[in-house]
Amino acid sequence: MSEPILTATGMSKYFGGLTAVDNVDFAVYPGEVVALLGDNGAGKSTLIKCISGVYRPEHGQVSFNGEDITSHAPADIRSRGIETIYQDLALAENLDVGANVFLGKEKTRRLFGLIPVTDDNYMREEASTALDELDIHIPSLKQRLVNLSGGQRQAVAIARAMYWNAKLVIMDEPTAALGVPEQRKVLALIRSLREQNIPVILISHTMHDVMAVADRMVVMRRGRIVADIQRADASEELIVKHIVGTADNGGNAVMI
Amino acid sequence: MEDTAQKEAFMGLKAKLGDAQRQSLVNSRFIDFLTKSWSYLFLLALVVYFSVTGTGFFSVRNFSSILTTSTLIMLMSIGQTYVVITAGIDLSIGWTVGLSSVTTARVMRDLADSGNDVAYAMLAGVFAGLLVALIPGLINGLLVARVKVPPFIATLGMFGIVRGAAFLLTDGQQVVRGLSSELRESLRMIGNGSLLYYIPDDGFHWFALPPDLEPQQLRVVSQLLPYPVIITALVVIVFAFILARTKFGRHTYVIGGSEEAARRSGINVDRHLVIIYVICGFTAGIAGVLHLFRFTAGAPQAGEAALLSSVAAVVIGGTNLFGGEGDIMGAVIGSLIIAVLQTGLVILNIDSIWQFIVVGIVIIIAVLVNQLQNALERMQANV
Repeated sequence: MSEPILTATGMSKYFGGLTAVDNVDFAVYPGEVVALLGDNGAGKSTLIKCISGVYRPEHGQVSFNGEDITSHAPADIRSRGIETIYQDLALAENLDVGANVFLGKEKTRRLFGLIPVTDDNYMREEASTALDELDIHIPSLKQRLVNLSGGQRQAVAIARAMYWNAKLVIMDEPTAALGVPEQRKVLALIRSLREQNIPVILISHTMHDVMAVADRMVVMRRGRIVADIQRADASEELIVKHIVGTADNGGNAVMI
Repeated sequence: MEDTAQKEAFMGLKAKLGDAQRQSLVNSRFIDFLTKSWSYLFLLALVVYFSVTGTGFFSVRNFSSILTTSTLIMLMSIGQTYVVITAGIDLSIGWTVGLSSVTTARVMRDLADSGNDVAYAMLAGVFAGLLVALIPGLINGLLVARVKVPPFIATLGMFGIVRGAAFLLTDGQQVVRGLSSELRESLRMIGNGSLLYYIPDDGFHWFALPPDLEPQQLRVVSQLLPYPVIITALVVIVFAFILARTKFGRHTYVIGGSEEAARRSGINVDRHLVIIYVICGFTAGIAGVLHLFRFTAGAPQAGEAALLSSVAAVVIGGTNLFGGEGDIMGAVIGSLIIAVLQTGLVILNIDSIWQFIVVGIVIIIAVLVNQLQNALERMQANV
């Protein structure tokens, strides 16, 4: 296998007396979709936040493309191409697609060669191209996001990440709030990221999603990684057993 | 209907339906047009109604007086629009108008009394009046952005502070006393003056009226371009442009849509909010200075009654109190509706108390129409 694009080694994070992440080694390879699984409080989100710079780990090192990015500021880590898409998507739903793809980085042109004004047509066209690459079609690009479906909004968030050259996308429960057809669209988006050789870390509770798109499943429990399974070796049953912690004793415990 | 296959089926069906379906689309466009431009239409309807029923309403003279009347509310509503788009509100600007009016009057009086040139005294006064208006804005902004005090509370506190400060500056009096008649005359020249006059049977005059006018001619003089209206128009253009076309304006909408999204996209939300409250204080300051020029009396209560009208103008203009949508043109139309109602009811000899009731009803209609518009937009998006 090729070199990992992201490695986190010996990661530990404590909150007071609680060990949220306990000496974890984690890596992501180019072009793979890694599912990060685990029960509530297993440490998935904390691990992700240590990578994206939201938390500073007490121990351990994160390196991305060979560079040490441990405890760098979130903005710096984003600018290096690690893009986290949170459940709330961080979109301005009162604005259109173009404005959202260029949120905070608006393209301007000079009116009369003098006054800088926002170049809405340019932003709309660029956004349209970015969406086309993801094979997403939004009827009217002038439409405000509040009028789009959950899946379309998810697509806008992903298109934005890609437009700004994301090299690794972290998605936190991307299908949680969506209807079934929308969920399918999001899974298709994740596949198209993989096709463009952009690795994805997918945090999810939904076993169906994980089985549908992930190349590798990493299961966390009580702050540790308890299983790292390739897609070919995985079954829903096996993963659930690792999540609830009954895999070690032959899987005979009753699951409720 | 989100599913592509379903949508295609739906589009096919729509093509087959032909006339009936197309008719309903036209209808929805018509409703769409109505909801988007109802405030313009309402203003037009009011003007037509008062013109038909009230003698003397339909005249250049009256329209110019309505425009002049509207400047106070309009200036306040410009800054208020920015604040409301960020999902805030500024309750303090009514007294900021007064503070600015009083400060300007005092500085002008004291400088003129100590033997300075009147023009210099006036210029310094205007400068002081505009500057002092930035202070409550700055404190409001810092409280809202850094200390995270809810805008309603922060500006309500500032409401009391600025009110007290304004009255302290007049030593508790209703107006600043002791403005010399020379100063008052100079103030009036701008506050009640016009760039262009029209006298029937005589013609146009720039800057000033001819000195030898008959009394009956004076009664029919029309001010075509009153200075307060010109100044307000310039302020409207500048701030409407900033909001609609610049990066700063765009960031204002982003913050109103989602403060979290704004922060994560790297927008300096705290700094932006502070600037917006300062802008709100600034346009109130212009209103205060202009009030002094028009009425030649620095009064703490100059903008007291106009505060709620300015919020009303913003809401009537389609700006959403929950933030994220609205524009300056809406506030301009809202201000004009209120000014037309004020004047129109007086001309119809209807008790001016009715004005409150009518404005109240219009506000509620405005919010309902805004909701209808949003619902409609959503339906159209899902077709």
